[in-house]
Amino acid sequence: MAGRVWLRGGRVLDPASGRDGRADVLIEDGRIVAVGDALEGVSDAEAVNAEGLWVAPGFVDLHAHLREPGQEYKEDIASGGRAAAAGGFTAVCCMANTDPVNDDPSVTDYILDRARKESPVRVLPVAAATKGLAGEVMTEMALLVAAGAVAFSDDGKTIMDSGMQRRVLEYSRLVEKPVMVHAEDRTLVRDGVVNEGAVSTRLGLPGNPAMAEIVHVARDLLLAELTGAHLHVAHVSTAGAVAHVREARARGVHVTAEVSPHHLTLTDEATLGYDPNTKMAPPLRGKDDVAACVEGLADGTIDAIATDHAPHAVHEKEVEFTAAPPGVLGFETALAVVLELVRSGALTPLQLIASLSWHPARVLGVPMGRLERGAAADVVLLDPARRWVYDPAQGFSKSRNSPWAGRELEGCVLATWVGGRLVYQQGRGVLFP
Amino acid sequence: MMGRGLLGIEDLEREDIELILETAFHMKEVGRREVKKVPTLRGRTIINLFFESSTRTRTSFEIAGKRLSADVVNFSPSSSSLTKKESILDTAKTLDAMDPDAVVVRHSVAGVPKQIADELTAPVINAGDGAHEHPTQALLDLMTVVEEKGRIDGLTVTIIGDIAHSRVARSNIYAFTKMGAEVRVAGPPTMMPAQVECLGVKSFRSLREALDGADVVMALRIQLERLAGALFPSVREYSATFGLDRAKLRYAKDDAIVMHPGPVNRGVELSHDLANRRPGVILDQVRNGVALRMAVLYLLAGRKPGATEER
Repeated sequence: MAGRVWLRGGRVLDPASGRDGRADVLIEDGRIVAVGDALEGVSDAEAVNAEGLWVAPGFVDLHAHLREPGQEYKEDIASGGRAAAAGGFTAVCCMANTDPVNDDPSVTDYILDRARKESPVRVLPVAAATKGLAGEVMTEMALLVAAGAVAFSDDGKTIMDSGMQRRVLEYSRLVEKPVMVHAEDRTLVRDGVVNEGAVSTRLGLPGNPAMAEIVHVARDLLLAELTGAHLHVAHVSTAGAVAHVREARARGVHVTAEVSPHHLTLTDEATLGYDPNTKMAPPLRGKDDVAACVEGLADGTIDAIATDHAPHAVHEKEVEFTAAPPGVLGFETALAVVLELVRSGALTPLQLIASLSWHPARVLGVPMGRLERGAAADVVLLDPARRWVYDPAQGFSKSRNSPWAGRELEGCVLATWVGGRLVYQQGRGVLFP
Repeated sequence: MMGRGLLGIEDLEREDIELILETAFHMKEVGRREVKKVPTLRGRTIINLFFESSTRTRTSFEIAGKRLSADVVNFSPSSSSLTKKESILDTAKTLDAMDPDAVVVRHSVAGVPKQIADELTAPVINAGDGAHEHPTQALLDLMTVVEEKGRIDGLTVTIIGDIAHSRVARSNIYAFTKMGAEVRVAGPPTMMPAQVECLGVKSFRSLREALDGADVVMALRIQLERLAGALFPSVREYSATFGLDRAKLRYAKDDAIVMHPGPVNRGVELSHDLANRRPGVILDQVRNGVALRMAVLYLLAGRKPGATEER
């Protein structure tokens, strides 16, 4: 473990305590031992000049695909973990659609073992809700939680059978972990690949209607209300879904929600050039949907920003738009992309940091995302104004599928500490393991 | 547009369309000669890259190229990247390395000609991509209407059928609106694309209202596999509501012309007698197709940026 690190004079943003102001942070033996104005009498510490920079809790990603085991040609726990560290994340949830599926404690064990050996950041496995993601037999939730699973989800293999979904939610009460849903009614999606509307009409590509998400969110909110379970709505993309979540929350349903950087900042018009790197599930939506997602994040309806980091190999994406797998990289661009919401005035810096750290940690009920004395020193140092050009080929992910490739971005992670250890430093790269 | 290929009518200016039509009328004259061949594209190579099977359009492009003395090579790789294990872009790049002067692309998925054009040095001509565009079809339709009506400006054009899945409809909507016509669309609500008005048309559920005062009536081919997609209940019902026959045609202007991109499902979208009507506008469409494609090939393959011009 590293010794003492003294972050001096930065703008410290700690949403849990509400602190937003110039302060010092002192890290010792992996923990935060002091946060305060111009600490004095600090000796034997490595001092880091944070003047003009932001110091925040390490980011917690509720939704990512690390592809290991089974699809290591797209990403693995090592490369995904490195990309996450470079993006300021100190903990990432990995979805269960690996090969084999993470539907058994032995797979969860394997993932955590690989993470301990290979990943600079903490890995939080999300186990499948049903065996083989088949929607037929539920997984051993108690055993999976004992192995380290933090939540349950069939993600893109949405459970269409309402009776099955009810049982999954009901049973999850035993372990009190969130059930995360990729809310899309597949019978409404059909072969849809872009948002249904003017853009799908102009492109001549099959439309995926907003209603596919809204109908499914509405159903699951009612089932969550029935069962009292914790429903977490993944990557909300429509105004209708935001409205349903807001209304359900108000009447006491235990629901949380996340939104992705791309659904907060890009519209379906980005797909007009048929670039498969603009193909996501759910698809990029219209202007009003994007505005509603931003508003939902600002008013607290949506808890967290989650990347839905979904690596795919170049040869899988360089095909017909309909044949390309949906999904884009997220870790390394997330911060810069969502800082746009601060620059536009939609979010305060503290709100933005909360949605990346404290709030997602709260969704999972894990002791992360805060800069208080005694907490594990998961910390990120960032420059919100530094400009850089994103080149996926120079990044840490094994894949390159990003709609921001070649774009100039504003806002850059300078350093990431996990448990007090410096794991990433801009310019030096990933330092551990 | 010239030199960059022809991917869709949406990208064209009115002046581009006028130039193509003017050139096409000159080319039509070649087809009336005893020796239907000019040396214009001698020594040039045109590849017909058809991922989706097509006899009519491919033959039309092939004849067009040959009448201009180009060497025309047909290449029809079977199906998609997924089954073939070679990406469409790899296929296209391989052909590009053989230095063609134009590549004509058809694919069942929208956007593929654009994806290919982004990778190639040769100009790409879209010969139909999914439900996106079929620009040469729309241009030959314009040509046919100009011959019949003497103008496009101020005409009312009604397109009937499965607008949602039709590349012919999209290209014709752009083509006729850019040239000053009013375009209407009619068909079952399940066959209307979302927010169709964004294309610059009025949409109708009543065929009678859609036809009222129309100068040009265009029937689209109905694909029977749409039955499985629950887009219409039966051929009988479609034919009764949107199939065109003499009785329904009375709602249009007396001198209205009836067009169809072919091949016609007789008795479904057009009654037998309308499909065979004299004078046969539908066969004029086919005839004009060759001349129009000659014009497009001449304008795109005839001038190679950077290459020395031959006479």
